[in-house]
Amino acid sequence: MRKSMKLGLGAVLALTVSSAAVTADTIKVAFIDPLSGPFASTGTNGLHQFEFAADYMINQNGGVLEGDMFEVIGFDNKISPKESLIQLQVAIDQGIRFIAQGNSSGVANAITEAVNKHNKRNPDDRVLFLNYAAVDPALTNDKCNFWHFRFDANADIKMDALTDVMAADESIKKVYVIGQDYSFGKAVAAAAVANLTAKRPDIEIVGNELHPIGKVKDFTPYSRKIVASGADAVITGNWGSDMLGLGKSVIENGYTGPIYTYYAAGSGITGAFGETGKGVIRLVGEGQINPPVSDAASDYYNAFKVKFPDGNVDQPRISNVIGMLAQAINAAGTADDVVAIATALEGMEYDGIFGSKIFMRPNDHQAIQDVHISAHTNEGVTFTYDGSDYGTVTETTVSMAAMDSTSTCDMQRP
Amino acid sequence: MELVLVNLIDGLVTGLLLFMLSAGLTLIFSMMGVLNFAHASFYMLGAYFAFQISLALGFWMGLLIAPIIVGVLGAGVERYGLRRVHQYGHVPELIFTFGLALLIEELVQFLWGKNQMAYNIPDVLNFTAFAIAGNSIPAYKIFMIFISVAIFIGLLYVLTRTRVGMIIQAALNYPKTVEALGHNVPLIFMGVFGVGTALAGVAGVIAGPVLGTFPGMAFVLGSIVFVTIVIGGLGSLWGALVASLLIGWITTFAKSYNLAMSDVLNAIGIATPENLADNVFRDLWTVTSPQIADILPYILMVLILIFRPYGLLGNRDA
Repeated sequence: MRKSMKLGLGAVLALTVSSAAVTADTIKVAFIDPLSGPFASTGTNGLHQFEFAADYMINQNGGVLEGDMFEVIGFDNKISPKESLIQLQVAIDQGIRFIAQGNSSGVANAITEAVNKHNKRNPDDRVLFLNYAAVDPALTNDKCNFWHFRFDANADIKMDALTDVMAADESIKKVYVIGQDYSFGKAVAAAAVANLTAKRPDIEIVGNELHPIGKVKDFTPYSRKIVASGADAVITGNWGSDMLGLGKSVIENGYTGPIYTYYAAGSGITGAFGETGKGVIRLVGEGQINPPVSDAASDYYNAFKVKFPDGNVDQPRISNVIGMLAQAINAAGTADDVVAIATALEGMEYDGIFGSKIFMRPNDHQAIQDVHISAHTNEGVTFTYDGSDYGTVTETTVSMAAMDSTSTCDMQRP
Repeated sequence: MELVLVNLIDGLVTGLLLFMLSAGLTLIFSMMGVLNFAHASFYMLGAYFAFQISLALGFWMGLLIAPIIVGVLGAGVERYGLRRVHQYGHVPELIFTFGLALLIEELVQFLWGKNQMAYNIPDVLNFTAFAIAGNSIPAYKIFMIFISVAIFIGLLYVLTRTRVGMIIQAALNYPKTVEALGHNVPLIFMGVFGVGTALAGVAGVIAGPVLGTFPGMAFVLGSIVFVTIVIGGLGSLWGALVASLLIGWITTFAKSYNLAMSDVLNAIGIATPENLADNVFRDLWTVTSPQIADILPYILMVLILIFRPYGLLGNRDA
């Protein structure tokens, strides 16, 4: 009896092993972002969107190549560049060839350098860096390399689109720029001033200010200055609690004009702004959520809500990362030769689920796509954020923003 | 001139909020001789409890019930936690409260998630009370001033005019003697701890809607509360009040007026170097007061510790 069971077990085992060998492999994507600590909500939401996109777009449709499935594996980097490099090494040691990261350009700078070095030294197991959110312009300019691809519009492109819209608004005469005191805040401020002076010399910059990041308890004094300056519009690159604190305080203290932001949606911010932010908060970003661009986009969002009822699709570009990677793997006919995959990604044109065509510029690996200016509102919102009645509705679209912008990138191909 | 008045009001609101936190902390310190690192966590709990209650019963019930729950929790922590650890000395107590702060933060993240909560100002108070030269003063700010002043007067009355208050004051300085006189000193300690944390809870309830309700809120406010009681003098209620208002006004005015370091240095007779871009002190020359506003209290604390180690109104050697 015992013997026969052992035999049976052995047979079953042998069967499973052989069947695994026949069926296709798993293509692993390492997601290196904060999954614990103060920025955990952003990282965890991003991971959920990646897992969903891989499952919904690829695995449920039979995978890529001959049925290869995608698997997204989360690695917690605690938003520290040092920790990220350790996690990068762990991922590479596990044989993962695709690295996705986005939160903090500081981390992205560290990863892109490390990936470049690794690929030079280890031509046999090279990896690709899929940057889905780090928007420091340098990554596709001075610090660009062949292995790095950016799927989000960078800070300069977003500011270019935003100031196009602002320049067209004749009622804006005075603009106040305020941001967090670090590289990204400074980059936003510099781009805002440069763009506005070039496009509308008559606009007066009535304030250009930086505040300590994550340290301000009460934004009232800053709001007083903004109100006192008589500004018609405010531009800020703030995110997280700094965004909510600044926005709420500015509105409470009597400001009624538009506040143009990069990151004032999702992660509880939309819900917390609620009624107070209506008619004031504007966002610049890629991917149109409301009104839905197509049935496919609606289906995608609904399916996401079934899987993550508390989540938001607040980074629509993640679907482009997965979609374009799959398309490149299919075009290259391999999931192992990253040089072929990267070559397929270069210059790729892809129709995103959320409405825009995406063009991966070959000379600097910056994705060119539609950039939208949307408003925080509860009217005409099909897909709300944070379980509230509020969401973002697209007001203006700059199609293929910054298509012909220049880049200082000197691309070295292997 | 009008802006000065507006800033005075804004600074008053910040200062009084700080006072509600530091009053409890300074009382607890003078009583147990230990800094309660988890104090700001009780402030956070107050905001989250009030948010949860406000969903079901509205803001006002939240204001009423949340501080009571926080106070009872605080008293429980003293009775079943700190009192047991007390016999091993101050260091274990410090570590206990430190661990408690981390525990509460994780617990809040576990229960409510890591996102911002939609805890908002009640509609009855969501209007502009009055405006000074175009600067509107929200009614909610007036409400905050009102609540904190009422709490200060109430606290002062209980501590100085009632029998309970006198026993507390005596127990703070001479616990052994008070115990010998037949009073239940451990009960007094527990009561003071409970009231202190309840005050932090009140601060959380009324600050949550304006400063944001999120897991990092305790961390943002935590260190400044310690600075306040060190400046005011450990154990002094009046000191806590003076220091809170001082910090509120200093930070508000520093943020409101763009005072540049180069102006200050020029005023005391140091000329601006010609090629500033290459100068080693470039960062120092280009600093403006809003950039360093939130660090000024720490500088003040260092100065106080050097020149008056027992604080502005402290009456014992710290």
